[in-house]
Amino acid sequence: MTSHVNPPVITTAARTNDPFAGAVLKDIANEQLRFHVAGLNFFYGAKQSLFDVNLEIPANCITALIGPSGCGKSTFLRTLNRMQETVRHTRVEGTVLLDGQDIFDMDVVRLRRRVGMVFQRPNPFPKSIFENVAYGLRINGFRGKLADRVEHSLHRAALWDEVKDVLHKSAYALSGGQQQRLCIARALAVDPEVLLLDEPCSALDPISTAKIEELMLQLRSACTVVIVTHNMQQAARVSDVAAFLLEGRVVECRPTAQLFTTPSDPRTEAYITGRFG
Amino acid sequence: MTLHLRWRKFVNLLMLGLTGVCVTVAVSALLIILGYLVIHGARSLNWNFFTKLPKPVGETGGGMANAIIGSAKLILLASCIGIPIGCIGGIYLAEFGGKTFSFLVRYTTDLLNGVPSIVIGIFAYTVVVLPMQHFSALAGGFALGIMMIPIAVRSTEEFLRAIPRSLREGSVALGASKWKTIVRVVVPAAIGGITTGIMLDIARVAGETAPLLFTAFSNRYWSPGWNQPTASLPVMIYTYAIAPYEDWHRQAWAAALVLLALVLLTNIVARLVLYSRRGSVSR
Repeated sequence: MTSHVNPPVITTAARTNDPFAGAVLKDIANEQLRFHVAGLNFFYGAKQSLFDVNLEIPANCITALIGPSGCGKSTFLRTLNRMQETVRHTRVEGTVLLDGQDIFDMDVVRLRRRVGMVFQRPNPFPKSIFENVAYGLRINGFRGKLADRVEHSLHRAALWDEVKDVLHKSAYALSGGQQQRLCIARALAVDPEVLLLDEPCSALDPISTAKIEELMLQLRSACTVVIVTHNMQQAARVSDVAAFLLEGRVVECRPTAQLFTTPSDPRTEAYITGRFG
Repeated sequence: MTLHLRWRKFVNLLMLGLTGVCVTVAVSALLIILGYLVIHGARSLNWNFFTKLPKPVGETGGGMANAIIGSAKLILLASCIGIPIGCIGGIYLAEFGGKTFSFLVRYTTDLLNGVPSIVIGIFAYTVVVLPMQHFSALAGGFALGIMMIPIAVRSTEEFLRAIPRSLREGSVALGASKWKTIVRVVVPAAIGGITTGIMLDIARVAGETAPLLFTAFSNRYWSPGWNQPTASLPVMIYTYAIAPYEDWHRQAWAAALVLLALVLLTNIVARLVLYSRRGSVSR
């Protein structure tokens, strides 16, 4: 496997022909672990939706969670920054360690600052573009040059050039893809170690999707990315590690290239070859 | 088949006509009232009406300056009681409340909304006037404030509920506490609707007469401070309209027009302020 610090820009067209043509593979074995999940059970009321999930998420990699609808991949993602706590009647068992620390013992505000999240549909606040990015900084009592930090975050989200002249316009004036990158910039502003992406491209057109995928590859050097996706080509294109979930259980979690070429479980094979799901 | 089709077309036209007629009736009722008010009120309006005190019985002329100020004071007091309690209660219902308790609260506010205004007046009379031993602006403001609570609660709740969950999640995921999320994201997003609800609420109590009859009572002179009986436009309209003097009737019309205009004006000003504040962020 080869390792590139700055992945070359690959066009979507080139990628779709062969999912691995331009895939940038990382030497996962050399990366330390960011998340260590052990024996995770998730209950919604009386219904259990995650069963004994054990998963290791390497730092500075892109980990993709794939699986059919309702398999629990979004639920799993949301436990990583304890977003499930905003929903009533949910219960979690097991341990989730972030850099060796149990997240359920952490202050939830501090945890969410370290573990940012981007949602399925762009959800900018009804504020100006600037205020959207500045929001996380303001509520966390950021002292320093707000404008510089906002600009930096917008640069990181590859949005600066498109919005630098309209920073004080409403975020709703942006296109869907721009809004989603704004949401990424908003999450990046507080400098998280981990970025959770919950099907970030499902509401976007292919061009916006390609931009966000390129963005993820660039972010990887400074950030651990976990992405839930329905799109297997996307998982194959961007991720270093992929986990296949089925009915609340992790069937298989391996380096992406292996998972897609030589799946060890027949269910994984059936899913990635499109026989169900 | 064609008969059936014709029948369907006929029913369609009939219902269309019926809805049209009902809309016309609804709108024309408002227009007739407005027109009538303007015709009768405008004739008796003059500068004196806004600047002079009422004249003693028998003399013509004079104005209702004290009642205009009195109404303003009562509404201010009522707003100080009704808006904070109503809005914060609405926030509770929309953001924090559990199932059973919220249901009970919602049900009681709806009941309170249905309580006849005269009963609210008696309540304020017992709670404020009797212990104080006299009528006062305070008592009137209290009665109107109670009347404002249910609509403020329910409209705030409804508009907050209309804000999508994804906005709240976006804020919480950045490490904001629930309260910060409400104050910095949810309420600002709903502020237009909430303000509209409150404006309607103010417009409603501005015209209330019954709760004021034995709380704020009335006054033919200025009533400085908050502790004395005070005149108000609705009570003046009531007193003047049933009086046997031609001149008083005309003044009652004028008072009605002024009351309506003031309510409209507050409404427009509030919307303008809101609009200019949100101007740069509007969609």
